[in-house]
Amino acid sequence: MAVTAAIFIVLGLFFFLVGTVGILRLPDFYTRLQAAGKCDSLAAVLVLVGVVIYVLSDFSLANLLVGIKILAIAGFIFIASPTATHAITAAALVVGVEPWKKEKKGR
Amino acid sequence: MPAKFATFFIMLLFWVVLSGMFDGFHLTLGVISCALVAHFSHRLLFPDGKIGPWARDVSRLTLYLPFLFKEIVVANLQVARIVLHPRMLDLIDPRLVSFKTRLKRPLSRVTFGQSITLTPATITVSIDDDVFTVYSLTRSAAESLPGEMEKRVAAALEEQP
Repeated sequence: MAVTAAIFIVLGLFFFLVGTVGILRLPDFYTRLQAAGKCDSLAAVLVLVGVVIYVLSDFSLANLLVGIKILAIAGFIFIASPTATHAITAAALVVGVEPWKKEKKGR
Repeated sequence: MPAKFATFFIMLLFWVVLSGMFDGFHLTLGVISCALVAHFSHRLLFPDGKIGPWARDVSRLTLYLPFLFKEIVVANLQVARIVLHPRMLDLIDPRLVSFKTRLKRPLSRVTFGQSITLTPATITVSIDDDVFTVYSLTRSAAESLPGEMEKRVAAALEEQP
């Protein structure tokens, strides 16, 4: 059980790493938001699932309730994260943040 | 009336999970609070007061989730490949695309929009009536829209003719 939990958590950390590298490497606001908003949601859920598995390896009613609560957090992230990403992108477009375009580089 | 009872039991389940205390005092508090919430706010959960369509939507959404999760993992791996690729700037080609959807219900449009945002390389910028505006990180992701995901959402949530 502990090994499975560790695998999930390490996978989650890998996607957190990818998200962070993405924020540093990608060229503009919108593309960075892609990496920040979404790799992170999958990563957070993977870490949370790992924690749930770890908690449930010592099974009891109290731990079961803790597990359900953590899964509720995961569900909330899955609804809130895309909503926030969408709202920030829409706001940036309204304000007029210039998107990076590939064609401009050639000129 | 059934909507009130359904709200009450959902709230009570939530209360028990969050509180984790099963003595009489805390359970009584829970029952009172849930009854009050159910009385005043059951329309938030069941806008038209009917349980049948709501339960069908929830169960169909649950059936849609495994497909969505698979898509999220696949798309995240693609983004990981792009981000970690040494010549990253050659791979990405950001653009805004618009397309018309054939989804009719607000619920299915929201589900589809959230699914697009959750699968990396695409963000739903706006939904104006039936026109989706999507910001896409790569050309291939832009060209794959609306694609299979719309069909799945339609199968899950649209009324069958």
